[in-house]
Parts: sequence; structure tokens; C-alpha cells
Amino acid sequence: MRVPILKEGNYLIASIQSSLSDHELLQLMEDLIVQVQRVRAKGVIIDVTVLDIMDSFSTRTLRDIASMIRLRGATTVIVGIQPEVAFAMVQLGLNLGDIYTALDLDEGISLLNSVVGR
Amino acid sequence: MNKIMTQKNKNDNRKTPPIPDRPADESTVSLLRELVAHLRENRSKLREEWARRITESQLLTAMTRGEILAEATSVYDNYVEALETGTYEALQAYSRNLSERIIPRGVETHEVIGIVLLLRDVLARSLFAKYRGDFDKLNRILDAYEPAANRIANTVAVGFVQERERIIREQQEAIRELSTPVLQVRERLLILPMIGIIDPQRARQMTEQLLHAIRNNRAKVVVMDITGVAAMDSTVANHLVQTVDAARLLGATVIVTGLSAEIAQTLVTIGVDLTKIITVGDLQGGIEEAERQLGYKVQQVAPQTT
Repeated sequence: MRVPILKEGNYLIASIQSSLSDHELLQLMEDLIVQVQRVRAKGVIIDVTVLDIMDSFSTRTLRDIASMIRLRGATTVIVGIQPEVAFAMVQLGLNLGDIYTALDLDEGISLLNSVVGR
Repeated sequence: MNKIMTQKNKNDNRKTPPIPDRPADESTVSLLRELVAHLRENRSKLREEWARRITESQLLTAMTRGEILAEATSVYDNYVEALETGTYEALQAYSRNLSERIIPRGVETHEVIGIVLLLRDVLARSLFAKYRGDFDKLNRILDAYEPAANRIANTVAVGFVQERERIIREQQEAIRELSTPVLQVRERLLILPMIGIIDPQRARQMTEQLLHAIRNNRAKVVVMDITGVAAMDSTVANHLVQTVDAARLLGATVIVTGLSAEIAQTLVTIGVDLTKIITVGDLQGGIEEAERQLGYKVQQVAPQTT
């Protein structure tokens, strides 16, 4: 199943609905980097609330997506990382580098508003 | 021959040969009855002898003579009762109760086991003295007495150790709960005062608690105050970095305050990289910085006169 990508103002919102296979994650990456230019988005929010596992592949892919989107002229925010997931990630030494993170969608949008300057 | 040897070695090796010709149960009961009568009769003498030997052996040094005698009396009575009834519940409850009273005074496990064994020896000696003339009877009495006495010693010692473990568990629990409060000072601002020694288990628990608090309070900034942390090594520092990273994944910024001069020195010397962590001198400064980040402005107005 493809991850739905919604447009809201200047932002794209990719809301992950269920745990993703590696292939689906790469599909999401492709969809996002194509769409971000098409709709001239300033910011991208990836909502990972439903993910209860983040392995090294998904962490790296998210990091890659953020870098690619930056090259395409937009800012990425990851929202909705669960406390347990966050804890497991630091324990395993997985990090998201310099990507912005926020508690939930709401926070993500206000973060983008302050970073992108609307 | 065998019996004479038994008597000679009475202090250290009181193993007796089995009695061949009597039905064990009935004789044990009547022998124990006789034994209990003897112990009741000589109560004050044996009790004092026991208390004297406790003091002599330098046991229970934390307690006064009067206290030792008082405890000795009630232990003695419970002991005799357990011998008489053959039930150990009352003794178990008593030993638990006793442990509860004496553990806070620093009484050690070896002391408790020591005094129970002393009582066993004192009583056995009085039996030797009483039945000196009749080896056969002495043997049968000891056959009845020894298993019961050993069982009593066991009960008291186990009761003491269990009570101690229970207290330790309770205290650990209490420390764990007390030591990691996460407090909200303002809307979206939490403080986490860390106190005492941080071991991996505590660090883990603290991080989990903080992450849940961040989500539940929708916090943006957390001030982590480590003024109360006595020492820090690379393990603890790594935990600190992990906590900060995990909080960041939830979209919260962590400000660390209260790094003492010693800790700052240690961290630089052992080469822990804290450059990615925002540090502020003291808790006040940390809260001010957090307020700045959150867009609060605290203003002093003329104090109200009442």
C-alpha cells in the first residue's frame, strides 16, 4: 500500500498508516521527492506515529529523504516518534542527524511555520 | 561404648544412634512433653545463662543488657512454645516482628543465627546435665529435641533474612520512585532534577519516564539539573547524551544545568563529547534560557503590600 501524501498549504504531509516494508519506504521516498517540486512545497512532514519499530534501514532512509528534500528546496520534519521507539533508537545508536523532529502533526506544522517563515 | 563416646563429644558432635525398639511418634511426643516441662521449670536460669553467653560472645552489641534479656525472654518462651505445639507459625511471625525491630539498629545476620544456635547449645547442655545418669534417656531426648531445635533455628534465621530482603526491596523501590520526579514548571517546560548515583538501570528508567512526560505534557523544553549528581564517568555521561538524543527525537530540547567544576573537569579529561548538548551554569539560568526559547518573558512588578 502506498503512503498517502496530502497537501496542506505550502506543506506536504506523508502520513504512514501501517508498518512499512523496505520497498514501500523507498516508494515513499520517490513519491516525496517528485511531488515536492511539483506542488512547490516549502516543507514536508512525515508522520511516523504508528511505527512501533525503527530499524537502521528506516532510520537511514528517513535521513536520506530529508537530505534529498533539502536539495529540492524544502524542509523535512519527522513527527510522532513514540517514547519507546525513541529510547530504542538511542540505545541502538541510530540517529536522525540534523533532521527536525516534533511531537505530533500540530507541533510539526508550527515548527515548519517558524523555520520556513510561512 | 558408642554412648560413652557420644557423651564425651557432646559439645561439638551430638549425633546419636537411632533408637531401635520404640514407635518413634508416640515416644517423641511424650519426650518433647517432658522436655518442655524441664525447660519451663528452669526458665529463668536458662534464660539468664543464654543472655550471659550472648554478651560473652560479643553478639548483639547494638543492644543494651536489659534489652537483650527482654528479647531473650520472649524468644525463649516462643521457642518453648514451638517445641511444645510443633507449629512454627507463631514463631515465624515473632521472628519477623523481631527482625523488623532489630534490623534498623544494625543487627547482622550472623548475630541472629549466632544467638539462636547459642540457645540451642544452652538448652542441650542443660539436658546433658539433667540426664547425666541415664544415657539411654538422654539419647532419646536429644533425638526428639535436635530436629525440632534445628527447625526452629532455621525458621528464625530464614525469617530474619526474608525480612531483611523485604526491607531492602522496599527501600530500593522507594528510592527509585523518589529519585526521578519530572516536574512541569510552565506550560511546555519540564524540569528533571537528578540526585544521587546514576546507574544504568536508573538512567534507563529516568529516560523512559522523561520521554513519557514529554509526550503527556507536550513539552518543548526540558531543563535537566544535575547539581545533585555526585560523580560522573563516561557511562553516566553517555546515558546523559542518550537521554538528550531521545528527547530530541520527540521534538523537545534538553538544557543541562548544574555541572559542577569537578564533573566539568572529569568530562573534559576523559574526552566525552557534550558539544551537542546545551549547558547552562545553574538551574535558574537554565529555566531563564528555556523561557527565552519558549517565548516567555518574566517581568517583575511592584510587590503587593498587604
